[in-house]
Amino acid sequence: MKQDIFQAIADPTRRAILTLIAIQALTPNVMAEKFDMSRQAVSKHIKVLQECELIRPQQSGREIYYHFNAKKMQEFDHWIAQFRQNWETQFNQLDELLLNIKEQKK
Amino acid sequence: MNNDLLFDFNVDKAAKTVFITREFNAGQSLVWEAFTKPELLDQWGAPAPMRAKTKHMDFKVGGRRFYAMVSPDGKELWSLQRYTSITPKTNFKLYNSFADKDENPDLPGSEWDYTFSEQNGKTKVSITIFNESLERMEKLADGAVKGLAVMFNNLDEILPALSQKL
Repeated sequence: MKQDIFQAIADPTRRAILTLIAIQALTPNVMAEKFDMSRQAVSKHIKVLQECELIRPQQSGREIYYHFNAKKMQEFDHWIAQFRQNWETQFNQLDELLLNIKEQKK
Repeated sequence: MNNDLLFDFNVDKAAKTVFITREFNAGQSLVWEAFTKPELLDQWGAPAPMRAKTKHMDFKVGGRRFYAMVSPDGKELWSLQRYTSITPKTNFKLYNSFADKDENPDLPGSEWDYTFSEQNGKTKVSITIFNESLERMEKLADGAVKGLAVMFNNLDEILPALSQKL
């Protein structure tokens, strides 16, 4: 199943992982160390983050480094901006309606 | 237009909640009516060029509103809202879910909370929307956002293939 960005970032550990990865690409081993977690637990979080494209793996020798996908976050923000724009449009329509009603009442 | 009126829009991604605050240049009773009467809601409740069409609405606790956002090409996106709490002129809460044209809700939906307050002849409306998932939130908006959501899904499908090539 496709992962949902909200579900992905609702988890505090995953937010912490993202914050770290945004600064520097990390291997699962280093993540496990930094968060004092089992490799298995780290793998689960990585899977969720990767499925919603918030992080990308990159093979480097025998190690896999995970990078932060800033582009995905931007797309998400772009979508939110669109949502905001729709509300703004509706509210401007309501402004006009309120004005009309008030003038009719005069 | 109306740049002097307060408009705040915040999304708390982690809390899955959208916070919207807007001021209107009218008294609280009138603004309350604009949010709670179907004939008024239909005049502003969808961003142009979409329009809102309420099929039926019973504004009381446990009552429902069944309405559609209609696109210029006639496509209807139906929603079913159930009022869970009403404090006249001050607050109402509803549970919103998308639905098919036969009023079958597509659960889970989202929780909406509207609060109204008046100061110096202006009315402030604060809306919070709590969503279980982003997918619901994408649907929440309308045609324009729907288009974006589709783009998003397409990207979701394309990106894995792309990153494998890179």
